[in-house]
Amino acid sequence: MSMESLAELEAACKDQDIFDVILNSDCVERGVTREESFEKMREVYNAIRRAAGRYNPALRSASGMVGGDGAKMRAYVAAGNTLCGDYIGQVITQALEMGENNACMKCIVAAPTAGSCGVLPAVLLPYQQREELDDDAMVRALYVAGAIGQVIASKASIAGAAGGCQAEIGTASAMAASALCYLCGGDAQTICHAAAIALKSLMGLVCDPIAGLVEVPCVKRNASGALIAMCSADMALAGIRSAVPPDEVIMAMRDVGDKMDVSLRETGTGGVAGTPFGTKIAEEMGVEL
Amino acid sequence: MNIFDIMGPVMVGPSSSHTAGAARIGLMARRLLGEGTPKSAEITLYGSFAATGQGHGTDRALIAGLLGMKPDDERLSVSFEWASAAGMTFSFMRSKLSAEHPNTARLDVESKSGRKLSMTASSLGGGRIIVTEMNGLHINFTGDLPTLIVQNVDQPGHVGDVTGMLAQAEVNIATMHLYRNHPGGNAVMIIETDKSVPRDVIDKLSLTDGITRVIFIDGERNG
Repeated sequence: MSMESLAELEAACKDQDIFDVILNSDCVERGVTREESFEKMREVYNAIRRAAGRYNPALRSASGMVGGDGAKMRAYVAAGNTLCGDYIGQVITQALEMGENNACMKCIVAAPTAGSCGVLPAVLLPYQQREELDDDAMVRALYVAGAIGQVIASKASIAGAAGGCQAEIGTASAMAASALCYLCGGDAQTICHAAAIALKSLMGLVCDPIAGLVEVPCVKRNASGALIAMCSADMALAGIRSAVPPDEVIMAMRDVGDKMDVSLRETGTGGVAGTPFGTKIAEEMGVEL
Repeated sequence: MNIFDIMGPVMVGPSSSHTAGAARIGLMARRLLGEGTPKSAEITLYGSFAATGQGHGTDRALIAGLLGMKPDDERLSVSFEWASAAGMTFSFMRSKLSAEHPNTARLDVESKSGRKLSMTASSLGGGRIIVTEMNGLHINFTGDLPTLIVQNVDQPGHVGDVTGMLAQAEVNIATMHLYRNHPGGNAVMIIETDKSVPRDVIDKLSLTDGITRVIFIDGERNG
């Protein structure tokens, strides 16, 4: 994308809809028509929905640690006594189910990564249902989310091995916050600040997968990332702004990632991976880290 | 990174580097070998592929690719059974020798007619891969763009044969690299182009004296 920063994206949206700016940018970059680009993104949204519909609570991941939690959450929400309420309950359920799909080798959409694939679906699918939006609106929101992800990827990182979990769940949460703001009619500034607030909320989160596998703690962090996206979007839509300029937040996130010890960057050695429990699982699986 | 590198790939989990990338490596070996599903495959896993590959389905993804399955094919998780059904035998080894990149696999495959191929490739993250060795020659290509691979005897004129025919077909060359084992020995041209190379150009090149094999990989990264 031609956009190198959120400030540049915001400036380009002065007299154009943010979706048009991003779509045009993709057309120029990949040499495709608007229709070709849009249909390709529609396929991405269809793949997200297909994946959501194919959750199987009986499946277990390679280590056996992951599986069935989405169904537990769904039943709990259906019983009607949640702390967070029915709608947030649906968001948590969707995040867990998609994360479990991924850990159990079902088809998902990596957005931005496979480990964080549950965040966007968790905020988008229940919202579409509640607001009875057509698919075109959701596809447009994916462009907005994608553009925010592109800027973060180019200025910092979206790889846990490079920047820790803040780069994966953090980026996914920022993308989800921006997509929600767009759907709620927020302007470019609101969208960028929602992303920045989400990123700040997850800054410093380490990547500590047990046995190096995308299972624990990855799946549950999709639910946390989705909720932080929602509260960040609500704050931004209320007119609250990130005191630190959004581009500087991304710079800070990169700096934190650079300072993170290698044991906390997807090597499966630090954090919860390094606990006696985590070490035992790795040994049982014959994983030498 | 374009926007679909962020919103994608559509893939079977759990890891874009260890699962989707591995499937693409298998698929690439299948294409370089030609003749459909190989008869046999011996695969060596290095680095993180060796350490955490099993839990990430790296082994099953590599076999799935060799069977022609794309990274979003859910048969990937049961590819070993599909391999038996297709009559393909395979074995895995894990090596502690260091490779250039942590996520690396070496594949030794043989086709039904007895043609052999060795290939080493690494998974770079996000499902992207790079091939670093083919039949003992150290090469470098990703398959992101349409890629023409020409194997020939190392003698004057073959670069001219190939570029001349591409020019005639109005196919623009994006990048071009030449490799050989020794003067007069086996040479390989890796040419990335801006659009697909027409079938008749590939056929004509294949019949040229001194050119031993022509392979075209269409640059659809999802493919």
